[in-house]
Amino acid sequence: MARVTIPIGPQHPALKEPERFDLTLEGERIVQLNAMLGYNHRGIEKACEQRSYISALYLIERICGICSHSHATAFVQAVEEIASLQVPPRALYIRTLIAELERMHSHLLWLGVAGHEIGFDTLLMYTWRDREVVLDLLAVLTGNRVNYGINTIGGVRRDITAEQCAEILRGIDVMEERTKYYIELATEDAMLAERLLAVGVLPQADAVRLSAVGPVARASNVKKDVRKQDPYAAYGELEFEVVTDSHCDVYGRALVRVGELMESCRIIRQVVKNLPEGPIAVKAPRKIPADEAVSRYEAPRGEDIHYVRGNGSENPERVKVRAPTLANVQAVAKMLENSYLADVPIVLAAIDPCFSCTDRAVVVHDTDGGRGHIDWNALRTYGIEWYRKNRGVDFSTSKLRMSGIRW
Amino acid sequence: MTKEEDIQQQIVTRLPVTEGKFRVQRARRMWVEVPRELLIQLLEFVKEELKFTDFCTLTGLDDGENLGFLYHLAQEHSGIVLNIRTKAPKSDPVIPTITSFFPAAEIPEREVKDLLGASVEGLAPGPRYPLPDEWPFNEHPLLKNWKPQKEAAKPEEHNG
Repeated sequence: MARVTIPIGPQHPALKEPERFDLTLEGERIVQLNAMLGYNHRGIEKACEQRSYISALYLIERICGICSHSHATAFVQAVEEIASLQVPPRALYIRTLIAELERMHSHLLWLGVAGHEIGFDTLLMYTWRDREVVLDLLAVLTGNRVNYGINTIGGVRRDITAEQCAEILRGIDVMEERTKYYIELATEDAMLAERLLAVGVLPQADAVRLSAVGPVARASNVKKDVRKQDPYAAYGELEFEVVTDSHCDVYGRALVRVGELMESCRIIRQVVKNLPEGPIAVKAPRKIPADEAVSRYEAPRGEDIHYVRGNGSENPERVKVRAPTLANVQAVAKMLENSYLADVPIVLAAIDPCFSCTDRAVVVHDTDGGRGHIDWNALRTYGIEWYRKNRGVDFSTSKLRMSGIRW
Repeated sequence: MTKEEDIQQQIVTRLPVTEGKFRVQRARRMWVEVPRELLIQLLEFVKEELKFTDFCTLTGLDDGENLGFLYHLAQEHSGIVLNIRTKAPKSDPVIPTITSFFPAAEIPEREVKDLLGASVEGLAPGPRYPLPDEWPFNEHPLLKNWKPQKEAAKPEEHNG
């Protein structure tokens, strides 16, 4: 049978971010997959070298919208290790709390996306509605639904009150009930199992060989979780299980994630109950000594690893970020080997890819009129002018209203 | 003897050249430096015999006259991270590929080629990463002396 190569991406309805996969097919079967990445490369590592540590932290937090706390924590941990800072226990607990809330909203987001990819949009509606509970809690605790800005070098920026603790527990009660429903759905719904079983198979040996991370590795029965193996923040003092599964397919990845939602509830309850008293930060020096550190963090998508080198100045000498999706890209090629074309969207979605993280950024600043920026009003004026000139339509008098944005 | 010291001793016994090149920074963080000629030998030893089976990533560094390379490996059961450092002069920035026993190193190896101008011997041909296809092959943004060049002003009108 003649082989056909189909490009998926960089812009494609099945993808949420720009990346490109060239699939070589024999009939409906995939015989080869080539991934081309880098479309989201923004130069963040280079940009960090030109900023102070504290400015770099805010940039690092924006590597990814969903796991912003993951990157920020991995970075501050490395800097704190270089500067020999003793972060107060209360700060470590607050970091852990935000980390688990982030994991919950990320996993619920994934469950919804997975439902959507297989035509089960009711699941998308349910999970994204429930996810709002977590996002509301994060907004109460940090002032933001994403990009929480809770971390600073030496601790955290906001404390938690007793009232907030009570609110967290109320939210977690709701989430636990909902998670039980999702577990029931995942384990008892015949349609869901039929659609996901034996799809996107990654045998355990391949997961180990390809250094897969996070729920992808754990669903291939690799008991690998930085929170347990290389404890950071407050994880060394908390009780929780590393959820694994031996299905080695998309179904297993779903079971691992719903199982982890329950574990996150368990961790959050312990954090609230055992929250130590005391300060939330120590003062960090502006100049960080010449040394280096490697920091690992179990992000919702798997291990996030940051390397930071200081040179005694206020700016880092080198910052290196390895986000979890990059570690799982090669596993996708294995999962799709000999799969059906129709399974591509759900198999890709099943690693919960995040290519903004993967490609990071090298922001190349050009202050002399090259790539500039355009604000909202200028963009609107440009659009109105473009339509007037090229389409003969005058939008200048139309009154548009979007949430929170008024003219 | 701690686990880290035990690992250090085993590596020194196998590769005496690493004597005095170790640093145990804290529990679960070790650093060792090897000449690039012995990199493969060391990586194979720690993977096969010491069970550092988890390849985390490769960090490339601009160390002035040399390019520095840090291979971050983890031991799954203990959580110990072994950071193996090697270097290559910028006049001969060649390192061997390690993809034959750590397939996950492929993308990070492409990254040090693009961002630092390293040459990775034995790396299979493939798309570049992470810079765009039209990016000049002699411009490596993570080199310390690399500065962004001014772009020509974009035409005001875009069709689309």
